[in-house]
Amino acid sequence: MPRRVDRNACLSCGGCAGVCPSLAIRLEYGYRVVVDAGRCTDCGLCTVFCPAGAIQEA
Amino acid sequence: MQESYDVVVVGAGPGGSSTARSAAEHGAEVLLLEKRSEIGAPKRCGEGLSVRALAELGIEAHPRWCVNGIWGAKIVAPGGKSLEVRYPEQVGWVIERKMFDKHLALLAARAGAEVRARCEVVGVLKQGSRVTGVVVESGGERFEVEAKVVVAADGVESKVARWAGINSLHRLEDVDSAYQYEMVVELEDSDMLELYFGNSIAPRGYVWVFPKGEDVANVGIGIGGNVSQGTAKAYLDRWIANSRYRGGSVIEVNAGAVPVGAPLEKLVGDGIMLVGDAAHQVNAIHGGGVFEATFAGRIAGRVAAEAVRQGDASERFLSRYAEEWRSLRGEALARIYRLRRAVEKLSDDDLNYLAEVLEPEDVVAFANGERLGKLAKILMRKPHLILAAKELM
Repeated sequence: MPRRVDRNACLSCGGCAGVCPSLAIRLEYGYRVVVDAGRCTDCGLCTVFCPAGAIQEA
Repeated sequence: MQESYDVVVVGAGPGGSSTARSAAEHGAEVLLLEKRSEIGAPKRCGEGLSVRALAELGIEAHPRWCVNGIWGAKIVAPGGKSLEVRYPEQVGWVIERKMFDKHLALLAARAGAEVRARCEVVGVLKQGSRVTGVVVESGGERFEVEAKVVVAADGVESKVARWAGINSLHRLEDVDSAYQYEMVVELEDSDMLELYFGNSIAPRGYVWVFPKGEDVANVGIGIGGNVSQGTAKAYLDRWIANSRYRGGSVIEVNAGAVPVGAPLEKLVGDGIMLVGDAAHQVNAIHGGGVFEATFAGRIAGRVAAEAVRQGDASERFLSRYAEEWRSLRGEALARIYRLRRAVEKLSDDDLNYLAEVLEPEDVVAFANGERLGKLAKILMRKPHLILAAKELM
């Protein structure tokens, strides 16, 4: 299962995309974090990184 | 927008705008792309910048973005001991990044670069291992733009370099999680930065209070996400709740990722150059990246324009940028990275001890990668800190 983004908590910093080893996260137009389910390996690094606690297990 | 340019710069932060401006000034036809609809927003920055940095970059301070003068700093150890230094002249600014970033993009446009906001790069064009352009998405349309040189200045979330085959991934041990409130607060000194250290306050990082005026400040935190028990937001909220800033109004909320590793070894490939956060060109001890990115961008832009003029955008030619940058900044940033590795080995007791034996000027010098021999000697006095001292040798 890919990671899930809590849009109420996300502040669009893009750090999750920077630490994602699978290039699975896109910061669409700089605002909306989109996780590519086909690429996400559920490694959880984005969750450990997120300063806002906005990415969780699905 | 044309179908092809000499140089396409991805990302209009300070690094990208500086690269675009420099390349245009040196005669290249330049396109500068920014995925956000507003250059500079949302900010991901504590907004401190030294007077020396601005002078070195040749950028004139402008009241539109130089919002508050800074004359010194208070550095507070975990036990509460405060090291305070106030200089006889102004040493820094707290800037308004939204205005500053736009200003740099404007300077790039005035130099002749074409600037386009809300154009997201979603892929690169390649012939073999050589980068030949980018795929752009804008307003729901997707199209290709060719370039002799592509510059990846796409920040901490950089993907351009990785699409091109350069591993610019941020490892968790080398990237800090940051959270910040711009708050209306009662400040003791609106011309002094405040920095708070401690492993329970901010593991691997610190809390900052950077005044933006008489009664407003960026109150933020950077922590190592992988060495902490909770989010940066949770750590910051806890610190504020126990501070004199409790209850202050919040006029902006920011988050960010701060690269605190060593700069990347590989800064160029065939047809591609990396600048700024994308190249991990950041001061690893204080986390500032504006100066480093802008400085590197000036060199990158000039070399890109030279490469275009000589019809040679090979990795070999573009390496001139990497070599020049390394000779000017590489050693300092490597030293600062070693300092970071030493500091993260220190317990709160160790930090309290340092606060007793150091002068505040020392701490400021350390942050610039200077006087590290003195720090190593002090650490050597304590047997359990020899490992930390060795990081500095």
